[in-house]
Amino acid sequence: MENLPLLVPLVILVPALGAFINFFFGAKLEEKWSGYIGCFASILSFIISSLLLTYVTGTNGGAAVVNPPFVDGWLRIDSIGLDIGWQQRVDSLSVTMMLVVTGVGSLIHLYARGYMHGDKWYPRFFAYLNMFLAFMLILVTANNFLMLFVGWEGVGLCSFLLIGFWWDKKTPEGWKNSNAARKAFIVNRIGDFGLLMAMFLIFWTFGTLDFYKAGELPNTEAKYIVHWREHNGLLAHEEEADAGAAGDEHDKTYKCVPAGADAPAADARASTNPLAEDIRALYCDNQHFDAELLGVFGQTTERFGTDETVDFGGFQMAFDDVILLIALFVLLGVTGKSAQIPLFIWLPDAMAGPTPVSALIHAATMVTAGVFILVRSNVFLWELNHGGYVIGLVITLVGAGTALMAGYIALGQWDIKRVLAYSTISQLGFMVAAVGIGAYVAAMFHLVTHAVFKALLFLGSGSVIHGVEHGHHHAHEHSQGHDHDDDHASPHSDGGTEGGFDAQDMRNMGGLRKRMPITYITYLVGTLALAGIFPFAGFWSKDEILADAWFEGFELNELSGFIAFGVLLVAAAFTAFYMWRQIVLVFLDDPRSEAAEQAPESSGAMLLPLLILALFSIIIGFINVPKSTPIFAGVYATYEFKYFLEHSLVSVSRGHSLDFNLSIAGIALVLGIASILVANRVYKGKGLASGNRDVLEEGGASRLLFRLAKARLYWDEFYAAVIEQPFNRLAAFLADRVDWDFLHNYFHDSLIKRGFDTIGELLSKPFDLGIVDGAVNGLGVFVQRAAEWMRRSQTGYVRLYAVILFIGVVAVIILMVTPFIQTLLAGGA
Amino acid sequence: MNPVGVEPYIVLSMVLFLLGALGVLMRRNAILVFMSVELMLNSANLALVAFAREWGQVNGHVFVFFVMTVAAAEVAVGLALIVNIFRERRSINIDDLQQMRG
Repeated sequence: MENLPLLVPLVILVPALGAFINFFFGAKLEEKWSGYIGCFASILSFIISSLLLTYVTGTNGGAAVVNPPFVDGWLRIDSIGLDIGWQQRVDSLSVTMMLVVTGVGSLIHLYARGYMHGDKWYPRFFAYLNMFLAFMLILVTANNFLMLFVGWEGVGLCSFLLIGFWWDKKTPEGWKNSNAARKAFIVNRIGDFGLLMAMFLIFWTFGTLDFYKAGELPNTEAKYIVHWREHNGLLAHEEEADAGAAGDEHDKTYKCVPAGADAPAADARASTNPLAEDIRALYCDNQHFDAELLGVFGQTTERFGTDETVDFGGFQMAFDDVILLIALFVLLGVTGKSAQIPLFIWLPDAMAGPTPVSALIHAATMVTAGVFILVRSNVFLWELNHGGYVIGLVITLVGAGTALMAGYIALGQWDIKRVLAYSTISQLGFMVAAVGIGAYVAAMFHLVTHAVFKALLFLGSGSVIHGVEHGHHHAHEHSQGHDHDDDHASPHSDGGTEGGFDAQDMRNMGGLRKRMPITYITYLVGTLALAGIFPFAGFWSKDEILADAWFEGFELNELSGFIAFGVLLVAAAFTAFYMWRQIVLVFLDDPRSEAAEQAPESSGAMLLPLLILALFSIIIGFINVPKSTPIFAGVYATYEFKYFLEHSLVSVSRGHSLDFNLSIAGIALVLGIASILVANRVYKGKGLASGNRDVLEEGGASRLLFRLAKARLYWDEFYAAVIEQPFNRLAAFLADRVDWDFLHNYFHDSLIKRGFDTIGELLSKPFDLGIVDGAVNGLGVFVQRAAEWMRRSQTGYVRLYAVILFIGVVAVIILMVTPFIQTLLAGGA
Repeated sequence: MNPVGVEPYIVLSMVLFLLGALGVLMRRNAILVFMSVELMLNSANLALVAFAREWGQVNGHVFVFFVMTVAAAEVAVGLALIVNIFRERRSINIDDLQQMRG
């Protein structure tokens, strides 16, 4: 039990290994084995995550920081004191994410075995999926912002690769896919810039990027920690005078008994286990840490609200303002990855990827990374909100606005996956808005339930598309007597038309409940869960967000609460409406095309994950049933998920834990059911209006509204006009005018070239040819002439040489003898 | 003492040397040029011996032996050359041997 967190490196390593095998040996493996390896890696990861869950629950919310072997000193520069460890964090928050990622991920892997059957790049698909899992798990198990960023970028890369998975299809299909991939990547870059800036600020301000240091308690007031201490006689508790009415243990106040003599025992335990340090130290708080040795969040708690300033070299800034700046930059990152206004535009296009990818990456896991990082940074938000900053309101506006806007757009979409994509954006808006009003648990709760039922819906839509495509092939075969067996080499055309037929267009469907009963039932469960119908999962999570918003607004009088409550209620009504519209158009009524008439039910490999997900869509909501809910409070336990998460979130146990509020639940439920009934009335039995138009398009007032939704509120056109075209014009100006005309034609071609030519001319003609060549050639000519002249002395007559020699000898003798003779003469004289 | 003195020997040596030198410069027959060279060598020998005797030292005598040895070797090589030149060109006129002219 104590050593279980040491398994956490494996949770990353196993999918990474799976990806490695499929990358390098996938081509040699049979399709079957490729799929087995991918699924096995994913499922093994899930098993390890489950073991980690038993650790966290078994130790009453224990958390551990693990330094995996071999990566010590991952980013360490001693000379400047930089040391960012590759540390993994096992706590309730990261385990929750791990379970969602690997659990939903495993089912989607299983599903993809059936869905991708026959694709020529089958192994590559599983390699990417496993690589995605590895990066996503890096992201959620990170204990510092840099490692989180590594995962963040990694999943972005995998998203890019998988959206454009069919980039090489025949035009224009392949172009559409690769453009969607590029769009996703580029839009996300903007968000990544925000996260990067936040990271720089954090490092400058705190000198560390670690969330929490080993042994640090994120939340010293969490229920189980308190219980555990109480059990060990470390706490003396006293009943609060007026809290008796509630009768919940949680309303007691506790006095912390200083650790004192027990402290060494904690140290001893830590030393037996060098890699993982149990945070259930016998301390009641983090006072035994020096303030500057705490992690980012601990330091924030210590330093926030003091009049400390941060020195940026040229200027200074109040610590609180820096935190605000960090939070805003993080929010920018979140709007990118979690598809919020204004950066959500990539997600609908991302549906160009294979459907399992849409389910795994663009609905259940990667897009929730933004919500995860907001929840992880809850200390920033909590301190800012309580310090009088309006960051909560900003986040609420972004989230609620996104929820409403995307919900509205989803009303007017024809593409089955596009509806779900906007629905995902809308639900992510719910989560972000929940974070905005400080309901971090509600946000995480909705994240978990949404991951389950949205994965279910996407996989269901994949099953529908699969069926309609096969039905289309079938119909085609019969009408033309044409054998399509070789088409099975690549049987999918997600997001595409095949001979003018669009297998994702809901106008081509209808009546599928008879042809695909299991898909229909599971899809119905997912729809009801998403619409928030009692007792499906979405009901509990959406209701908790609404209840928290209501509390924030009507009890605490916060503006963000009012906004969130009102806007999210409307968004929830939209949700129910567009989902029921989809049910009617896809499954009810009569088939509207030959393809839909002949669509076969999908294979067992695809249906099994659907059934499992449907089951969980029904029961997953029970992990966090509010207090005093009639009947259901006794089914599992109340607020189990909240008490689980509060060990990781500083702000939860300081916030509110609400009783079940029948009126709010009632309002939401009635609104949901009413929306479904209205949708049923509008669409049921009507099919399509004339000219393949929507029923709403017929009426007067609704026509405009529908067209607006169908045109996606002109967001893409807006960006095209406001950003893309000016950008293109600027680029064209820079390229044509500045670069080509000025730099190239004038500056390079005219100025530099002419100047160069002139100087070159000068150097080559007079200088090089005249002086240098003249000198060299002149020397040669001189030598030649001299030799010409001197060779005449070489007559070849030996006797002449002898004469010259003789004369020379005589001359030498005379020279030698002359002084002697002079002396003789002088002597003689 | 030497009744004659060194002078007549030197004069004789000079005459012989001049004759040799003139022979070398003026004759065209290689054999004769060769013989003139020998004449010059021997005139030098004569001078050396005369001076050696005059000064009563043996250096000159020793030197003469070396000269004679070298002359003998020279004769061997030289005559061989001349014989070969004759075989090649059927002539030993040294003015004909001017292939090396510039």
